[in-house]
Amino acid sequence: MIIYKWITALGRYLLLMGRTFQKPERMRMFMKRYYAEIQQLGIDSIGIVLLISLFIGAVICIQFKVNIQSAWMPKWVPGYATREIMLLEFSSSIMCLILSGKVGSNIASELGTMRVTQQIDALDIMGINSANYLILPKILGLVTMIPLLVIFSVSAGIVGAYATAYVGHIGTASELTLGMQYDFHQWFFWMGVIKAMVFAFIIASVSSYYGYNVKGGAVEVGKASTNAVVSSSILILFSDTFLTQLLS
Amino acid sequence: MIELINIQKSFDGRQVLKGISTTFDNGKTNLIIGRSGSGKTVLMSCIVGLMKPDTGRVLYDGDDFLQMTKRETVMLRRRMGMLFQGSALFDSMTVLDNVMFPLDMFSNDSYRQRRQRAMDCLDRVGLADAAAKLPEELSGGMQKRAAIARAISMSPKYLFCDEPNSGLDPKTSLVIDKLIHELTVEHNMTTIINTHDMNSVMGIGENIIFLYHGVREWQGSKDEIMTSDNQRLNDFIFASDFSKRLRQANEEAAAPDIKADAHD
Repeated sequence: MIIYKWITALGRYLLLMGRTFQKPERMRMFMKRYYAEIQQLGIDSIGIVLLISLFIGAVICIQFKVNIQSAWMPKWVPGYATREIMLLEFSSSIMCLILSGKVGSNIASELGTMRVTQQIDALDIMGINSANYLILPKILGLVTMIPLLVIFSVSAGIVGAYATAYVGHIGTASELTLGMQYDFHQWFFWMGVIKAMVFAFIIASVSSYYGYNVKGGAVEVGKASTNAVVSSSILILFSDTFLTQLLS
Repeated sequence: MIELINIQKSFDGRQVLKGISTTFDNGKTNLIIGRSGSGKTVLMSCIVGLMKPDTGRVLYDGDDFLQMTKRETVMLRRRMGMLFQGSALFDSMTVLDNVMFPLDMFSNDSYRQRRQRAMDCLDRVGLADAAAKLPEELSGGMQKRAAIARAISMSPKYLFCDEPNSGLDPKTSLVIDKLIHELTVEHNMTTIINTHDMNSVMGIGENIIFLYHGVREWQGSKDEIMTSDNQRLNDFIFASDFSKRLRQANEEAAAPDIKADAHD
């Protein structure tokens, strides 16, 4: 029964994506919504991305310096570990998990409210492909903005790590710099960006699916919002494992 | 003209519409009335294409809506206007943007022309002063009028209204009814209204269809409805104690005349 439910949901999701990925009826209106979604989903998320990344970068550095470092471990390890963790996992996967809470619930509740207040029906009656008009700008907007958020996140993490040296006086900046530059593979950055773009697609499309298909009232909108966050988080974790294996 | 032929619709084995056939004329306000759960909203959804009937045909000026290509459906939809029960205005847009929205999507006119057309529509419904406001800043009646302005912005041939008076006071309801009727005549639209408001029925009901458990129980005009001997219709119309007393008083008032006629 559960498998039947999953297959049905997958089929409905694919049908929705089929309706979503079509040529917009009016490019001018699409671009208007696309810029609005970039603002709402991307630019409005920069603050939280910077804040969390700054502190996580600092905490990773402190953990390595204070709790893990020993006499046999080189001094550059905290800087190196901070860079690698931020690049490989935190700024792509963990940041997207956090964003699935913020952005995913935002998308699901917005579309869900539009559904229960018949705004989506109004679009359909006008002869507008409501999925294309509402969902496509959200997916493209978030996928466009996510590389920028990854860059901001990595940068903030590094700034956080340096803050431990300059503000907290845990280790020295030169040790950190040495670690940050040690054995750097540019591909790791691109791997993080690619993973984040896939996760952005998952967040936007899965949350849109839940919001778009709401039936009922306020309680169902709330449930759709929760389901959107839970489902996209699980899918991010699964695809993270798969992508990490694939891209490494 | 919209023609329905043998429309049937079921949900989970429960038949909600049981073979409804009828005609809605141009330039008339056609009302679908009936108790809650009688199938009014489902019928309206089948007519506008939000639901697909299990069997039957929906003909728009002779063209079968259910057999149309995607392109033809989209073209037909652009000639439809709909007023939803909750107005369904886009809450992130101003009233003017809401009314301009169909024009922005489909019209090739310049921005100035589109804006002028939207302002004309708002002016027609008496909301020109509220153009810059957000829907949440409007009263229920004003929201309904803004939704009417949006519905008529593309000069539709067919206007659908789902419970246009729900949540409105009787006086505002009359304003909305009058507006819908005037616009129907002005634009020679085929207007279909879902309602259970008897004031609307008696005010603008030129063609009334009474649904009872998914069946077209009665059809006629507002002049015929009061003299109908259909028991189910009468139970619906005279459901309240007030209307029952009113009817009784009318009958009693008419009785001396009948007696006098008989005496003569």
